[in-house]
Amino acid sequence: MYTEKVMDHFEHPRNVGEIDNPSGMGTVGNAKCGDIMRIYLDIDENQIIRDVKFKTFGCGAAVATSSMATELVKGKSVQEAMKVTNKAVMEALDGLPPVKVHCSLLAEEAIHAALWDYAQKNGIEIEGLVQPKSDISEHEEEEEY
Amino acid sequence: MKQQIYLDNAATTRTRPEVVEAMLPYFTEYYGNPSSVYDFSAPVKEAVQKARETIASTIGARTEEIYFTAGGTEADNWAIKAAAEAYRDKGNHIITSKVEHHAVLHTCQYLEKHGFEVTYLDVDETGTVKLEELKKAIRPTTILITIMFANNEIGTIEPVKEIGEIAKEHGILFHTDAVQAYGHLPIHVDDLNIGMLSASGHKINGPKGIGFLYIRKGVKIRSFVHGGAQERKRRAGTENVPAIIGFGKAAEMAAGSMEERAIKEARLRDYLISRVMAEIPYVRVNGHRTRRLPNNVNLAFQFIEGESLLILLDSKGICGSSGSACTSGSLDPSHVLLAIGLPHEIAHGSLRLTLSEENTKEEMDYVVDTIKTVVERLRNMSPLYEDFMKNK
Repeated sequence: MYTEKVMDHFEHPRNVGEIDNPSGMGTVGNAKCGDIMRIYLDIDENQIIRDVKFKTFGCGAAVATSSMATELVKGKSVQEAMKVTNKAVMEALDGLPPVKVHCSLLAEEAIHAALWDYAQKNGIEIEGLVQPKSDISEHEEEEEY
Repeated sequence: MKQQIYLDNAATTRTRPEVVEAMLPYFTEYYGNPSSVYDFSAPVKEAVQKARETIASTIGARTEEIYFTAGGTEADNWAIKAAAEAYRDKGNHIITSKVEHHAVLHTCQYLEKHGFEVTYLDVDETGTVKLEELKKAIRPTTILITIMFANNEIGTIEPVKEIGEIAKEHGILFHTDAVQAYGHLPIHVDDLNIGMLSASGHKINGPKGIGFLYIRKGVKIRSFVHGGAQERKRRAGTENVPAIIGFGKAAEMAAGSMEERAIKEARLRDYLISRVMAEIPYVRVNGHRTRRLPNNVNLAFQFIEGESLLILLDSKGICGSSGSACTSGSLDPSHVLLAIGLPHEIAHGSLRLTLSEENTKEEMDYVVDTIKTVVERLRNMSPLYEDFMKNK
């Protein structure tokens, strides 16, 4: 079902974890649909992503796309990170089954959500970045439990 | 070779070597068409009849009440569609439950598009149909009650005897999808007031592509496949002779070992469940704890998703299944898990393991140890778990 690269990133995910006092953090997805991704960014004063960590609740493809997305943005400037699209993540994984394409969209959204958080905290604008819409609200989550 | 532990016997089972052996002569040696008149076909016809007799005896039915089909799904389709058609002059209302197999649910949904009204009964948190609700749902126009014998996902055994009594009191035809129960639980169609019953060969170590529909004598039901005179003209087409022979053999063996097998499987099942419950936090058992198929384990692990759990178990040689959305091809988790009241995100983390008598206690230990590691690993990368631990 999955390519070797997807399996590799699922079984040996890169950059799993949390960052204390992150420069930016974004959570997207919805437990109801079975996918939640959270990305933590540590960004230096030159707007370079020094470190990135993720946590994901979801299927194999969701974990693999999160892992690959963190690899693709690590060491990049925030502007370069904006170019990491879901297509780029999918290509880097040698493709995903059609039913799993939404997982790669989630990875792109998670990065954007974390960058948005960073931009908000620092009062800056990042070209091409708009407020993410699929950020889960705490309210919705609480309701589920 | 890596260790392979097959725990998906509700999906299908290993065909027994004795079954294969019984089938083989009917491919190359006794290949005659049972409908033919010459002597060459006589032993074939006789063997088919013998298999039918064997199967009838396992459920207390008469031989002529057993109709072979291409499997459980076909039997369900036939029973429901043909009964709806046959009793249409009496009414257009069907009662079923929310936890049925798709073979029943989708057939009922199809009939709804053709002028029938269907009541989908709620179940309680164990997946058991509520008898009071069933009684309340009965209308003067109710022509069929179709409720499964035992649930394929969570293993709950439905109160079939009580449902049969209610159906009988009201003079309503009762069909039960017994695909998961046949050969695993004792069934007597007269004691349980069953009017029609569907079963499948490959769930009881028989071949795939064969099943039967029991139709009680006197039940008005039309033919499903039109053509020749096979199956008393009700299900035309040359018989799948080797599969029928194999099914007969599997049914005989399953009936013979049922009690012993159930004890062994239930012991392993309860051992696995008790170890998981004692050693892994935030897990629940889905389905009824005692009124349950002897080989069914269904667990929901909080904070993790079922497909990733399955893939990691597979990499350790364990075959299981899940009711998560990612394994069903839709965004919703299993309708059964939702019907018993599980919130979506917990239903996504479900794991079904269905045992066979071939499994051992050592295998159960390996499975529990592996689940522990894998669940811990997935929780450590789960944002839901992170939030839960921080808010604790």
